[in-house]
Amino acid sequence: MRPLRLVWVFPDLLSTYGDRGNVLVLERRARLRGIPVEVVEVDSDQPVPRDGDIYLMGGGEDLPQTLATRRLLADGGLHEAAQRGAAVFAVCAGYQMLGVEFGGADDAPVKGLGLLDIRSGRGERRAVGEIVADVDPGLNVGRLTGFENHQGVTRLGPTVRPLARTELGTGNGDGTEGAYAGRVLGTYLHGPALVRNPNLADLLLYWAVGPLPPFPPQAEELANRLRAERLAAVTPQIA
Amino acid sequence: MEQNTHHPTRLPMRAKLATTVAGAAASVSRLAGKGDGSVIGGRIGLRLEPDLLSLLAAGRQVVLVTGTNGKTTTTRLISAALSPLGFQIASNVYGANMEAGLTSALSRAPDAPIAVLETDEKYIPAMVKATRPKVVTLLNLSRDQMDRAAEIWLLARRWREALAAAPDCRVVANADDPLVAWAAGSARQITWVAAGQRWREDSWCCPNCGAHLQRDGDDWTCRECGGRRPPVSWMLNGDEVIDPSGRSTSLDIALPGRANRSNAVVALAVAEVFGVHITQALPEIRGVTSVAGRYTQVTRRGCDIRLLLAKNPAGWLEALDVIAPPPSPVLLAVNAQGPDGRDTSWLWDVDYRRLRGRNVLVGGERRLDLAVRLEADEVRFRLVNDIDEAIDAARSPSLEVLANYTAFQQYRTVLGRTQ
Repeated sequence: MRPLRLVWVFPDLLSTYGDRGNVLVLERRARLRGIPVEVVEVDSDQPVPRDGDIYLMGGGEDLPQTLATRRLLADGGLHEAAQRGAAVFAVCAGYQMLGVEFGGADDAPVKGLGLLDIRSGRGERRAVGEIVADVDPGLNVGRLTGFENHQGVTRLGPTVRPLARTELGTGNGDGTEGAYAGRVLGTYLHGPALVRNPNLADLLLYWAVGPLPPFPPQAEELANRLRAERLAAVTPQIA
Repeated sequence: MEQNTHHPTRLPMRAKLATTVAGAAASVSRLAGKGDGSVIGGRIGLRLEPDLLSLLAAGRQVVLVTGTNGKTTTTRLISAALSPLGFQIASNVYGANMEAGLTSALSRAPDAPIAVLETDEKYIPAMVKATRPKVVTLLNLSRDQMDRAAEIWLLARRWREALAAAPDCRVVANADDPLVAWAAGSARQITWVAAGQRWREDSWCCPNCGAHLQRDGDDWTCRECGGRRPPVSWMLNGDEVIDPSGRSTSLDIALPGRANRSNAVVALAVAEVFGVHITQALPEIRGVTSVAGRYTQVTRRGCDIRLLLAKNPAGWLEALDVIAPPPSPVLLAVNAQGPDGRDTSWLWDVDYRRLRGRNVLVGGERRLDLAVRLEADEVRFRLVNDIDEAIDAARSPSLEVLANYTAFQQYRTVLGRTQ
């Protein structure tokens, strides 16, 4: 069986805050199901492999975000993979990069990758704190819990759907959070967003390999406890 | 020496009043049991006289010490290294490292001709302007509490601009950290130190042009813009320091770990700027055994406990190098209060795999975050609610404790009561 190939795009530029967590969670949840996994870390001076199954992009500061976008546009590997139907999961700066354009240093518009019909710019205030959002019921993921730390405001075009409806926090800035189209998905939940959201991790795995066999519930007991603790900690703010 | 130019009695009337009132407020704060009073005292003083810090710094030889990790320890080591000069030294020994803390440190020691001041990274531009330092020490720069700190490329740019505007200042900087080297590169006078760089996740790319850096050991070069590690005059080489004359000396310091040896070499380089030779400075540095409770050994219920503080991934990486080898059990503790940063994402930047097979205990208010992280690295552990549960679970004559800021302070408070 060909191993599931996870491609971590440019950790040398886009791995500001625990982004490795998403790679580790996907790897672990695949292995628990007996799916062999290969992790490919691609630095920004290397070509992006075309044959990955799930591509991951993390967060970064303004300048690295612009540099990474320029290199990905020149390389073309990520576009080829996305057109082929590979899953793409991007957080924070990586999410903005997926769009048609985003605000770079000094908020000057920068041409994005164009994989999602979204446009991002700079908001009035920095959004920092816990975020809770309810995912599009069609995706069967449930409630997201995470941390956001960005100053972006994102407008969604007609060919994408919002990933979730924001219950706490800022997200896209209009009551929605994240966006997806096909198997390309982005979110403002930053860093290790999949850690507290195993269902979102499983959605990506499902997109890549199809129906997923179950695994022993004790293997995710800690993750579920953490998820419950974090949601309980912010519940008074949601009501 | 220029200490004769320092005349505290020349402080303008309003500044004198401000320091007096500030001192009284600090005393009240201490009596009320609300910390050491340096922040509240400094704040009140600055309210009365906004230029108080500049006025207090005038005529003194000021050293500012900054970086993501090692500020407090290096400030302490520099003060020790300068003690052979025989002058009183003003210093913010309790780590209050923003404007109020620096102001308070100077107003408490009005006659000290030298000041060694730990300075928060983002305050460097303002503090360079206000104190007109003789030396600015740049240790390292890496991700830290990004829910409230500035982004580090931006921070490096601000350092660079501030130092370019301070031609009289000498910068003592770590050449092995590309971001620091780039920030320091604008200074007129630079002492480069090869202080090493254990954590590299924030410097794979050139801070000048963004290209992927070529790295070979501690050396680094950029093929795009030609940036490279500058030639150094001081070097940490294993357990030894190589001084500018090329002579190698065993450091043999009491503080544990590579990071502290690195801090010691930086302190020696700063001492040399003041004319204190390594043969005089090093014995003083060796005499430092504990810094603001860090590395302290305490005994509780028959268990020897050593406390290590680390606040961010780079700090944890260095601290995991320092902890005693097996079978000594390890308690890891994490909180996410304001001073820690409210986001625990950074836990995923640390590689814990070397703890596999060890007796690991996990505590702190955010222990579940750490537990899930350790599980992903296949490190077995037990969750504990407090230090006594950890001692019970450790079943060992000794326990190594590694904690982030408020978790560390909580344990210190508990352990302090049992002395």
